[in-house]
Amino acid sequence: MFLIPNAVVRFFHRMASPPHFYAFTDKVMPWLIIIFVLLTGFGLYGGLYLAPADYQQGDSYRIIYIHVPSAWMSLFIYMVMAISGAIGLVWRIKLAEIVAISSAPIGASFTFIALFTGSLWGKPMWGTWWVWDARLTSELILLFLYLGVIGLYGAIDDKRVASKAVAILALVGVVNIPIIHYSVEWWNTLHQGPTVTKMDKPSIHISMLIPLLLMALSFKFYYLIALIQRIRIELLQRERNAQWVKTKVLEQN
Amino acid sequence: MSLEQFLSMGGYGFYVWTSYGVTFLVLLANIIIPIMQRKQFFVKASKKQRQSL
Repeated sequence: MFLIPNAVVRFFHRMASPPHFYAFTDKVMPWLIIIFVLLTGFGLYGGLYLAPADYQQGDSYRIIYIHVPSAWMSLFIYMVMAISGAIGLVWRIKLAEIVAISSAPIGASFTFIALFTGSLWGKPMWGTWWVWDARLTSELILLFLYLGVIGLYGAIDDKRVASKAVAILALVGVVNIPIIHYSVEWWNTLHQGPTVTKMDKPSIHISMLIPLLLMALSFKFYYLIALIQRIRIELLQRERNAQWVKTKVLEQN
Repeated sequence: MSLEQFLSMGGYGFYVWTSYGVTFLVLLANIIIPIMQRKQFFVKASKKQRQSL
């Protein structure tokens, strides 16, 4: 701990306190929205308009600008959920529990988007909406894991107990993450191999790569915005008897 | 490029725009739902507060 400056430690301490966190989100929200809108605007302009059509797939490949970032987010959010769930499990930090459960619906949404847009891309390119190949199947299992987390949390009334159960389920499901990532290498799949996250050089042209990275970053900011919205309502509901929430309610009148 | 050409996406318009449309709707819902829940929470909580006064 002595390696971390005092101000940083103090910042995290304050952020772990619900009323401070709530006030902090009010302050950062407009900035997050501005950055998100700029990234999305440039990303979509670059991807849908500036980037040339693919020499094999024509314009259908433009689905990549939402398909790939969504698939990345589906894995990224799962890891955030599992790690914050574990932190909540070990140190009983309320805010970590809330980050974990608030991430689940957003992660499920991105998983659904990855599957849905993949299906719409597969139809014209592969000739089928769906195949049971390793990549598609493991991503579908990820969707079920997210839905399982949401269902389990809803089924247990005591939210502290529910958070424990959800964290354990999320941690067990982490096995699926490397399986999704390496599925295109371990098995012979209809799904294409990686073009961006290859160790040597991405085999995608720079004019297509830049909008893709902009969209990936834009989805990260979207996640932050959506996460904060979910955290806020979860905090209010869990802390409805706390003084800071009662004061907030009075202010609303 | 004309607008019509842009919208047709080289014949793949249906696939491309359905993808973008559904993505937009799902992402929008994820913002609107918690905001509505929060509004509801404040309506309910302030009613309760008034009753207990």
